[in-house]
Amino acid sequence: MSILSADNLTKNFGGLMAVGNLSFDLEKGEILALIGPNGAGKTTVFNCLSGFLTPDEGDVIFEGKLLGGLQPFQICQLGMARTFQIVKPFPTISVLDNVMVGALSREKSTAEAKNKSLEIIDFTGLSRMAAIEAQGLPLPLRKRLELARALATQPKVLLLDEVMAGLNPTEVDELIALLKKINRQGISILLIEHVMRGVMALSQRVIVISYGVKIAEGTPEEVVENKEVIEAYLGKEFLSAQGQ
Amino acid sequence: MTRFYLFLAIIFTALLLLPLFLDNYILGIFVMIFYWAYVGQTWNVLTGYTGHISLGHALYIGIGAYTTTYLALTFGLTPWIGMFFGGLIAAVIALFLGFLGFRFGLRGVYFVIMTIAFAEITRLIVSHIEALGSFTGIFLDFNPSFWNFQFRGNQPYYYISLGFMVASLIVVRLIETSKVGRFMVAIREDEEAAQALGVNTFKYNMIAIAISAFMTSLAGAFYANYIFYLHPNTLFGMSTSIDLILRPIVGGLGTLFGPVIGSFILTPLSEISRAYFAKGGLEGLHLILYGVLAILVVLFMPKGIIVYVKKLLSPILKSKIT
Repeated sequence: MSILSADNLTKNFGGLMAVGNLSFDLEKGEILALIGPNGAGKTTVFNCLSGFLTPDEGDVIFEGKLLGGLQPFQICQLGMARTFQIVKPFPTISVLDNVMVGALSREKSTAEAKNKSLEIIDFTGLSRMAAIEAQGLPLPLRKRLELARALATQPKVLLLDEVMAGLNPTEVDELIALLKKINRQGISILLIEHVMRGVMALSQRVIVISYGVKIAEGTPEEVVENKEVIEAYLGKEFLSAQGQ
Repeated sequence: MTRFYLFLAIIFTALLLLPLFLDNYILGIFVMIFYWAYVGQTWNVLTGYTGHISLGHALYIGIGAYTTTYLALTFGLTPWIGMFFGGLIAAVIALFLGFLGFRFGLRGVYFVIMTIAFAEITRLIVSHIEALGSFTGIFLDFNPSFWNFQFRGNQPYYYISLGFMVASLIVVRLIETSKVGRFMVAIREDEEAAQALGVNTFKYNMIAIAISAFMTSLAGAFYANYIFYLHPNTLFGMSTSIDLILRPIVGGLGTLFGPVIGSFILTPLSEISRAYFAKGGLEGLHLILYGVLAILVVLFMPKGIIVYVKKLLSPILKSKIT
């Protein structure tokens, strides 16, 4: 049973089609990766799903409910949280205060939210940084903070926009382990990712889009063998040079 | 933290006892210190905490002053109650302004221009309403009594303005530590990220502007009954709007004690230099002094003087001041 579906999503920016007739389902408890070359429209898909953009056509269905016309904060309150590719920490307040904003959208009392936030900060490995202003964090930890804040809203679905970009292999592995743990708690994850190490290790299914259109779908192993996918990433010349 | 509260209690007690030792003129300066600290604080709620720059906060002072005075002159309503009517009117107008700004995405300079426009439009309207004294303003008759909010000498005003300032500190402290305050700060830091985390940014923007306008307009009631003269150009004017933002900026924007520290530095400077320069026939020179100081602070202490005050006090208090 799918928890989140995109049904024929289309989004144009002026004459440019960013996303065209894209449909997919995220199953409950699944980790689904959305990959594609730069400019393929991945983040636009995320913005449509999370309410930051209104799709020109098509619907987003979350737990059987149409999300059309809802604002981002309402979608978050329903149980779908997102991170931003270009991280958006609250720079001049502490890591704890950052996470508490997310927690407070669920909890009534600040004391309750604080406890919850400390738990999540511990879970995401930010404990040593809890009192530091977010602007003092290096990029890998800012990405963690994005994740921690999103988790604090107690989501059922997490939309992760390139949380592994810019991390070194060790950090990627740590994050993979962390995301697996999150997934095991029953949170479904949709990720946009360029780091194939992460995609291969995490996702059960992969959707590939190019110029806003779905060109392949399948298990990670199937997808990386797919000719159209290789072409989209590396071009026709690469394929002919390979003699295929 | 307890040491910090003890420290505050000592200062507060000292301020309570101060009128026993000071003459009327010096008390007057203190009244202005507390007054500007108060309005700086109320402006701070919208701009310092929520991040929306208002350059038209004189609007709310003017509304408070005129509403209170009009109700007192026409219906004999005591300013103690009248000022809350002023507050409500100010809040309603602020909500309208906020609706236009926050609903239709007017941000940055466009929001600033709108706040100025609202203040200027109101100034012009009031300047043409006969019942509000039009452009000559309203002179208040002096009938000293507690009920009339009018007193002989500065001592009662001293305690009232001190009360205003302390009350604003308590209210803003309560806001700051509450869910509302945390959401306001999140909006200031990054409105999109706040939305993504489930914060109804429109609602909390509206709450912030309404609280700020309501509280600011109470100061107008005080001002009217302290100066006894209302004039649209001073009450709604740009210079008042600028005057009231300087103290929180110099003291420390978005901090609880920033406006107070800023006022304790700028207000005496303004009052004394005004008197001093005027004696030498150089009226207005104090404004230049002001401007230079504001530029220096912005250049060298962008987080305000509070940062240095904290450092100075930290050995005594051994705890953080928020």
